[in-house]
Amino acid sequence: MLPDDPLSRVLVVDLSRREARVERRPELFERSLGGAGAAIRLLDEECPRGADPLGPANPIVLAVGPLTGLFPLASKTVAMFRSPLTGNLGESHAGGRSAVALRLAGYGALVVRGASESPVYVAVHGDRVCFRDASSLWGVRSSATVARVIRQREPEAGFRSILRIGRAGEERLPYACVTTETYRHFGRMGLGAVFGAKRLKALVISGHRSLPVADAKAYRQTYREIHDAAVASPLMRKYHDVGTPENLVPLNLLKGLPTRNLQQAWFEGAERISGEHLAEGYLGRRLACAHCPVGCIHLAALREPSAHEPYFYKTSMIGYDYEPIYALGSMLGGGEPEGLLRLIDAIEVVGLDAMSTGVALAWATEAMERGLVRPGDAGGLTLRWGDTAAYTQAVQWLVEPPTDFFRALARGVEHASAVYGGADFALAFGGLEMPGYHTGPGAHLGFLTGARHSHLDSAGYSLDQKAVKAGDLPSPQQVAASLLKEERWRQVLSSLVVCFFARGIYTAPVVTKALASAGFTLGEGDLARLGADVLRAKHAFKRREGFSWTGLRIPRRILETPSPLGPLSPQFLQEALAAFAAAAEAPGP
Amino acid sequence: MRTRLAVVDGDRCVGCEVCMFACVRRAGEGGLANARIHVRSDGGIERGFVVVVCRACPEPQCSKVCPTNALERRDGGGVRLVAERCLGCRNCVAACPFGAAFWDDEAQKPAICLYCGYCAQWCPHGVLALEKAKEAAHAS
Repeated sequence: MLPDDPLSRVLVVDLSRREARVERRPELFERSLGGAGAAIRLLDEECPRGADPLGPANPIVLAVGPLTGLFPLASKTVAMFRSPLTGNLGESHAGGRSAVALRLAGYGALVVRGASESPVYVAVHGDRVCFRDASSLWGVRSSATVARVIRQREPEAGFRSILRIGRAGEERLPYACVTTETYRHFGRMGLGAVFGAKRLKALVISGHRSLPVADAKAYRQTYREIHDAAVASPLMRKYHDVGTPENLVPLNLLKGLPTRNLQQAWFEGAERISGEHLAEGYLGRRLACAHCPVGCIHLAALREPSAHEPYFYKTSMIGYDYEPIYALGSMLGGGEPEGLLRLIDAIEVVGLDAMSTGVALAWATEAMERGLVRPGDAGGLTLRWGDTAAYTQAVQWLVEPPTDFFRALARGVEHASAVYGGADFALAFGGLEMPGYHTGPGAHLGFLTGARHSHLDSAGYSLDQKAVKAGDLPSPQQVAASLLKEERWRQVLSSLVVCFFARGIYTAPVVTKALASAGFTLGEGDLARLGADVLRAKHAFKRREGFSWTGLRIPRRILETPSPLGPLSPQFLQEALAAFAAAAEAPGP
Repeated sequence: MRTRLAVVDGDRCVGCEVCMFACVRRAGEGGLANARIHVRSDGGIERGFVVVVCRACPEPQCSKVCPTNALERRDGGGVRLVAERCLGCRNCVAACPFGAAFWDDEAQKPAICLYCGYCAQWCPHGVLALEKAKEAAHAS
C-alpha cells in the first residue's frame, strides 16, 4: 500500500457516545486488501460472540478496497454485521455511490458501534462527522421522502451517498434493507433492521479527495486496458441494454425459473415481465454506479391515471432487476408488468428486501391454498397467485401487522413455517429466502454452502447451465470443488469490491497489475491464498456463531420440482455438501 | 484552433462520473480532487443528471470579477488561470452562473477547464464533445 493512501483509515462512529475517531490499520488492509477481507476481520473483532443482532453490541462494518476510486467497476461497498434474519454472518453488497464516497472521504472502512437513544442520522463529510437529530424523519411513510429531505439539507451533491432505511428498518423487520441512491440496496440479511435497532435512520457519506498512484503513466495504461475491455465486452453490453432481466427468458426456456413458490420451474407469463418487454414498454432511464461505464440500472417510467380526476396522471420511476422480477413476478405468478412495478414500488417505500419479501409471500400463498393459514389469520386478506393488489396490501401489513400471522411472516419463511407448518415448501437456505435459480444441484448447493447463502457466492447456476449444455452432470465431488474454487476467488473480487459483472475482466493477472498502481505487490498465488483465507475467516465466524454444515435444512420442494438437470437427488446433495465441508475446513493452500 | 467542451446530449448521461475521473487522471492522480467537470443528480437520480462544464463564454463573468486579472480571457471564449496572480478571493466561483469555476482546496485557487477534451474521449455514452470554440459561441 502507498504510504499516503488513506485506505488504512477506519472511521469508528460510536452512536451511544456520539463520538467518532479514526483508527489506522495498515496491517489489516495489507493483509486482506479491503472489502470482504477487511470487513470479516473487523466484524470478528467488534462483534462479541452471541451478540443480539438487534442489540447495541452488534456492529455495522462497511468496507471498500484499494481499487475503488482508481479503477472502474470497483465501486461496491461490502457491509457486514450479525444478521437478524439468519442469526449468523450478515453480509450484503451494494453498488451506487457509497464505495467511491467512502474511499474519497478518506477511509477504507467505517464501523458503527452502539446505539443512539433517539433517532439520528450521521453525516460523514470527509473528516467531519455530524450527528443530526432524525426524530422528525422517524416514522415518515416513504423512505424516498427521507432521502429527499436529506438531499436538500446536506452539501456535496455529486460526491455523496445517502444510505437510509424505511419503516421496515425502523420496525426492525429481519429482512429490512438499506437503500442507497434510491435504486441500489444492501438488500439481503436485514442490515435495515440493524440500522433501525441503532435508531440510525440514515448515513450520508461524501468525499472528493485525490488518491495517490505508484506510477502515473503505468496507471493510465492499466486504466485504459481495463476500461476498454469493459466497454468492449458482450457481457457489459448485455447489462447496459436490457440489464439483469435479460436472464429471465433464457432461464424460463431452460425451465429453471422458480414459479409459484417453485411448484413449477417455468412461467407461462415470463414474456410479459421480461427485460425486453419492460424495456420496450416502460424503460425510462438508465443509470450507473459511480465510476462504472456500464450503467446497468434500469428504471421503468410507470404512468398511471388518477382514479378520481380525469387527465391527472402520476409518473413514477421504478427500478427493476432480475431478482425482484423473479421474486415478485414469477414466484407470485404475476405476469402483469404494471402490477409488478407497483409491487416493487410498494416494497421500496417501506424498505424491505424484495427477494425475501417475494419468497415469503409465495410461501404464504401456498400455505393459504393448503389451508395452513386462513384468510381470518391474515386480516381477511386472501392471497392468490398473480393478485398483485393483494400482495401490495400484504406488504403494508408486514410493516404494520394487523395479525400475528403477518408478524410471523415478517420474520421470514423459516420462522413462519415453524409456527404454521409448511416447512417443506418454505424456500430458505441457511435461513435466507432463496434466489431465482432452479437450474440444478449446483444452484442449490451454492445457496447451502455459500458463506452468505447467496447465488452470488459461488454461482452454482452457472455450473448447472454448463452441465445442461454439455449434457453431462459432474459428480458431487466435482460440483463441490468447483463451487469452493469459485467462492474463494470471489473473496478476492469482493475484497477489492469489484462488481461481479466484471469478473471476466478482472482476471488474476489484471488484478495483479491494477494492484501495482495502488502500491500492492501481490502475485497470482498470493491472491489465491488471500481468497482462501478470507473464506476461512468467514467460516470461522459462522462456526463461532453456531453454524454447522450438518445443520443445513434442504427444503423438500427443491427435490419435488424437476430442474433442467432432472429431479434433484438428496443423496447427490448430501455427498456434495460433505465434500464441500471437508474441503473448506481442510488446511492449506 | 481554440476548442471548448460541450454537453451535446445531457439526457444520455447515466451518472457514471467516468469523465470526472478522467479529468483527474490526466493530471496523474486517482480520486476526484480538482475535477474540472462535475456531474450531479438533477434533484434525485430518477430525474437524470446535470453535467457542469466550462462553456468557454465569449464574455466570461468569472474573468470580469477577478480583481487581479488572474483569469485571462482566451481568443474564442473561455479563460486561462495565471496562478501567480490569483489571490484566492473566490469571486470567480461566485460569479459563474453555471458553477463551472471549481475550487482547488489545496492550492486555494480556482480549478478551471483546460479545454483539452480528455473527459469527452472517455464518456461512454456520447454526452460530451470537444467543439471548435468559435462555432460554440453561437450554439446553445
